[in-house]
Amino acid sequence: MSQPIQIILMRQLAGYLSVPLFLVDPKGNLLFYNEPAEAVLGRRFEETGAMPAEEWSSVFTPLDEDGQPISPEQVPLRITLTERRPAYRRLFIRGLDGVSRHIEVASIPIVGLQGEFLGGAALFWELPE
Amino acid sequence: MMRLRLFGTRGSVAVSGADTVRYGGNTSTVEVREDDGTLLVLDAGTGICRLGKQIQPDTRRIDILLTHLHMDHIQGLGFFGPLYDPAIDTHIWGPASSTLSLEARLSRYLSPPLFPVHLRDLPRLTCHPVPCDPFQVGSLHIKTSLVCHPGPTVGYRIEGKDGTAVYLPDHEPALALREGRWLGSEWISGFDLATHADLLIHDAQYTDEEYQLRVGWGHSTYRHAFEFAAQVGAKEFVPFHHDPAHDDDMLDQLLENAKRQFKPTCRVSAGYEDAIFEVGSRV
Repeated sequence: MSQPIQIILMRQLAGYLSVPLFLVDPKGNLLFYNEPAEAVLGRRFEETGAMPAEEWSSVFTPLDEDGQPISPEQVPLRITLTERRPAYRRLFIRGLDGVSRHIEVASIPIVGLQGEFLGGAALFWELPE
Repeated sequence: MMRLRLFGTRGSVAVSGADTVRYGGNTSTVEVREDDGTLLVLDAGTGICRLGKQIQPDTRRIDILLTHLHMDHIQGLGFFGPLYDPAIDTHIWGPASSTLSLEARLSRYLSPPLFPVHLRDLPRLTCHPVPCDPFQVGSLHIKTSLVCHPGPTVGYRIEGKDGTAVYLPDHEPALALREGRWLGSEWISGFDLATHADLLIHDAQYTDEEYQLRVGWGHSTYRHAFEFAAQVGAKEFVPFHHDPAHDDDMLDQLLENAKRQFKPTCRVSAGYEDAIFEVGSRV
């Protein structure tokens, strides 16, 4: 089954960006993250492959700026999926390479021409320490 | 039996002259007929003008399926005689945008100062936005899907009782290629629409060299089109939407070179004006 064209185009766009981008379907299943995201998440997409929402929102061990765990529901992309609105947060994640990184995340809903909800994308940056 | 006839095969802009006589100079228009009289017109390029003169006098309904509203796909619309015939119901299917209805988008062309007649003044016209759920016109079952081309653009899959034709005249699935390789089928624009088509009419506008300067313009090379046809398992493939700068001799050469280079397992037929295809067999 082909992905909607908006999702295909988003993946294509991600492939041409130097900004890390993480792309999920409406249920939160990970569809793709690009090469710049691999550097932050600590593993190549080819190695992780697709991943359910419950897994990716906890596997990167999100912590707030006080070092307290963030529940999966408070991760920006999960907020975007639940409430279908943009979300933003600074947080720490532990990559799959075991390295903790301070990042800021902005996530957006992907909505088609006729208002259909197609998924979400998170753009994130590693913050200078 | 579903029968398709090409009335316009050119992309971008109509051309004329002795060096384009065989493939034709009119822009995209294809007639689709079923034995029971069902009539579809795919796109309203300049080829639709001549098609309009051949409509049978007892025709009562015509469905025009627009892939998108770039000028080469709608320029002939105002010159399609049946639009003005109060005895004929005309249905236009085409993409709306996120802010404008199909009628409003078409009216930008079919209204002064670009055209003397208002869309709203046409006697028996109904507009239908696409993409939409699959729909039926006579005995033909039609599926639509947005595809990779700048602005809202759809492809059409037309299923008759004897087979399936797919029309993707403006399509750049190769944007998804990574280092020249295709990703899995779920990441190929138009894959579901075109899979196992008996007849695939597909964009093949550029040479490899031309494409290097036109990435993102929404069109395919011969290489991309041949590879797409192979990916979807088409049984017959017609290169279409010829570049206006390519004359007949060049189009012959491009087709022969591509056949030799890509060794297609499906039948490949030249896309020239007045070529007729019965789904599964060439007349």
